[in-house]
Amino acid sequence: MRRRLAPYALILPGGLWLAIFFVVPMVVMLSFSLMQGDVVNGFSLTWHWQNYSEALSDYDDQLIRSLVYGVIATAACIVLAYPVAYWIAFRGGARKTTFLFLLLLPFFVSFVLRTFSWKFLLADDGIVLSPLKHAGLLPQDFHVIATGFAVVAGLTYNYLPFMVLPIYVALERVDPKMIEAAQDLYASPAQAFARVVFPLSLPGVFAGVLMTFVPVSADYVNATVLGGTNNTMIGNIIQNLYLVNNDYPQAAALSFTLMAILLIGIFLYARALGTEDVLEVATR
Amino acid sequence: MTSVAAEESTGTASRRTRGRWGDRLLFGYTWLIIVWLCLPIAVMIAFGFNDTKGRLNLTWQGFTVKWYGRLFSVPDLTTALVNSLTIALVATAVSAVLGTLIGLALGRYRFRGQGALNLVQFAAISAPETVMGASLLSFFVQLNVGRGYWTIVIAHIMFSLSFVAVTVRSRVLTLDPAIDEAARDLGATGWTAFRLVTLPMIFPAVLAGGLLAFALSIDDFIITSFNSGSTLTFPLWIWGAQKNGLPPQVNVMGTLIFVAGVLLAVGNALLARRRR
Amino acid sequence: MNTNPALLRGMTGRRDALRLFGLAGAGLGLAACGVKGQKAAPPKQNDVQKYWAGKTKKGHLNFANWTLYIDKNRTPLKEFTRQTGITVTYREVISDDPQWFGKIAPQLQAGQSIGYDLMVVTNGLEFTKLVELGYLVPLDHSQMPNFTKNVGAAYKQESFDKGNVYSVPYATGLTGIAYDPSKTGREITSIQDLWDPKFKGKVGMMSDVQEIGNFGMFAVGIDPEKSTPDDWKKAGAKLQEQKDKGIVRKYYENDYIDALSRGDVWLTMAWSGDIFQQNLNEGSNLKFVIPKEGATIWTDNMMIPKTADNPVDALMMMDFFYRPEIAANLAEFINYVTPVPAAKDVIAADAAKATGSKKKTLESVASSPLVFPTDADYARLRHYRSLTPAEEKDYTAVFQHITAG
Repeated sequence: MRRRLAPYALILPGGLWLAIFFVVPMVVMLSFSLMQGDVVNGFSLTWHWQNYSEALSDYDDQLIRSLVYGVIATAACIVLAYPVAYWIAFRGGARKTTFLFLLLLPFFVSFVLRTFSWKFLLADDGIVLSPLKHAGLLPQDFHVIATGFAVVAGLTYNYLPFMVLPIYVALERVDPKMIEAAQDLYASPAQAFARVVFPLSLPGVFAGVLMTFVPVSADYVNATVLGGTNNTMIGNIIQNLYLVNNDYPQAAALSFTLMAILLIGIFLYARALGTEDVLEVATR
Repeated sequence: MTSVAAEESTGTASRRTRGRWGDRLLFGYTWLIIVWLCLPIAVMIAFGFNDTKGRLNLTWQGFTVKWYGRLFSVPDLTTALVNSLTIALVATAVSAVLGTLIGLALGRYRFRGQGALNLVQFAAISAPETVMGASLLSFFVQLNVGRGYWTIVIAHIMFSLSFVAVTVRSRVLTLDPAIDEAARDLGATGWTAFRLVTLPMIFPAVLAGGLLAFALSIDDFIITSFNSGSTLTFPLWIWGAQKNGLPPQVNVMGTLIFVAGVLLAVGNALLARRRR
Repeated sequence: MNTNPALLRGMTGRRDALRLFGLAGAGLGLAACGVKGQKAAPPKQNDVQKYWAGKTKKGHLNFANWTLYIDKNRTPLKEFTRQTGITVTYREVISDDPQWFGKIAPQLQAGQSIGYDLMVVTNGLEFTKLVELGYLVPLDHSQMPNFTKNVGAAYKQESFDKGNVYSVPYATGLTGIAYDPSKTGREITSIQDLWDPKFKGKVGMMSDVQEIGNFGMFAVGIDPEKSTPDDWKKAGAKLQEQKDKGIVRKYYENDYIDALSRGDVWLTMAWSGDIFQQNLNEGSNLKFVIPKEGATIWTDNMMIPKTADNPVDALMMMDFFYRPEIAANLAEFINYVTPVPAAKDVIAADAAKATGSKKKTLESVASSPLVFPTDADYARLRHYRSLTPAEEKDYTAVFQHITAG
């Protein structure tokens, strides 16, 4: 009997914490998304489903933009991260740990501070662009900050290490003998890579996508710091509706929509790609 | 026979030269990425030594170490940093304990509701931060709880708990339950067996999970911004102050945190190597 | 936050999901009751006495203000501490009204201290909401002798708070255009300059819906104070055009000053005194103009939030700013319009006494149209339009659509 109760005793405090401060708030947010009213007169639950359609019609641009930025930044992360992970996994030798550590260095600096750092580095009259402008290489009104490019670049920068690590883990498990075997069977290096190494590394890529796409799509820090007038992401809107307008129903409806899109996406993705492999890699 | 060997050797040779060039390219590329990742850090450190005259720390105006001496001369910034540190410590301690218990349960037992617990944890780890912050705020609004220091602590425990649980669980899965049983057979009570046998074995995972929790907590901006009320943490202060130009003290504190983090990590790695 | 889908493995599927929905249902029951509104009745005469009865001086005060809104040395505050023994924690934490309101409203609603006893809020949507929600302390005029004696007559009758029930002005200022002449290469004189394609990507606009709405209306030749919902749409279209053409770099809070000093923008909507202070502090050479189409005049008001811990000290501080020498000192440094007419004489006297560069600065203040607008300037200045809650929703919808990107 005691044995049967033991696991429940163990999970009780933590489980309760998650239930009270994670599950119940989600439900409360759901109920907020069906309320009507304003901060002066109060909010009442009227099952106002129109909050969803209104939120979607008002902010469809930002929602789509966020997903597009998410896809671009995630794709950029894969392209940039793969060669690095490859080199470290197969050629890193004794210095593997050192290189991984160097890639993780940015995490010792506050995320917000790192993002501001880019704003500073790429300021219109800043230390990078100013000399180029003086040399006449760039027009005076050229700018990087306050563009969609800057936002996507910032997102890519901030989440790149999350992509490198899982790909590295997957590649590291590929036995070099497999490559040799492929080459012994007269596969060219390119063929060996395409037929052997790449497929074996895919679970790592998938895990990396999971780790980057969700936070990137919901981010608002990069858009606020590095964006201009047409780069607002859905996170900015949610943040603004909650904290500035105190328009909780709309904000809740929007948050819920965002989460539904992202979570359903993840579940489908995980199911479709054979979760076992993905998970195996991600646990490492 | 000899011709085959010759062919093979030229084949590997050309493969090797090509490989060498490719390797060099990849090597250079890897360094390029590392430089790119570390560039903002270098700038942050450098401008902590900038002898800036006005309010804006924008252009290089000469070398100085005076900001290190005046580290605590921006009172709000100091308060914010202290808040960040104490919140991270409390959140780490609580989530390490709660997370370890869950990790133990998940790694050692099969029980009804396990799936639900896993689902919740998975959701808590993968839900977008904006949404988690927003829902927790909705909850506090609903209960009419004022936001402040303790709501931040609650939020941080909430999101770091599952990370500890996952780390501990994967460690527990590798343990042989027979060891624990052996301890009991030798007359140890449940608690003694845990303290003397299980805990030392899972401790590296608890430590790793705790460190992760600490790192997540001290750097968190998004969830905190929803639930902070008028309490400021280090990232929140920077966010607000940035509008009027960040004082060099921010660079100095960032540098010190960076150095402390790196030293801890390196020290930990060296210790681990020696133990091995 | 990174994702670790390891947990997916343990998921046994539908049954657990259903169980979760059960839990969710229970939560929904808990959440179904809604959130109460906080609309307050207007204060009665005895509310003032009721509030202030038994309140005493605590010897300390937390003051929330806007950036660049007092001199660097905090002279008036030091003087206050010297004369009253009350220490002041002064923080420039307000960067625009909507952000500030969004931050403090939930705390005031929960009856929790916002950490400040005295704050400065502009007349406008947020001010009205603060009053309607009953979040402000009614002021005890019997404890404010300097205010009663020295305030300019016009400031007692401002439509947003007639009779200064909840607030007294801190300073009055203008929203106009600031620019960096070395970058624009020409004098800026008109609102239309903000629409000039030559400055593509180098124009700053404000994110505050009232501020940007007003400028949109000036641009299409409408007096914002008398505008109709149709006018808002016209102004909105004009602002949308400016955005679509890529002329606007960003919609700013008070951080436009930073952007202007960095060279991120060359010209921007701006508050009059900020530019003066920025030039004074940083030695920059920025300019501020009242555009020929007009500019808005607003009033920043001092008020006490209802959860203040040190209301008596806050009230004393408010009154202290109405001593002519203190008001003069403030105006000399922030270069905004002072609500104390007697301050002008003090500034003139100071200027006569001073020497060298200080004299020059003071004389420029005394003759500055930004501190003491001339009649011709006044003729070009417009007030904010006051909006009913219903109108506010429409108004906000039009202009927030633009600033939200």
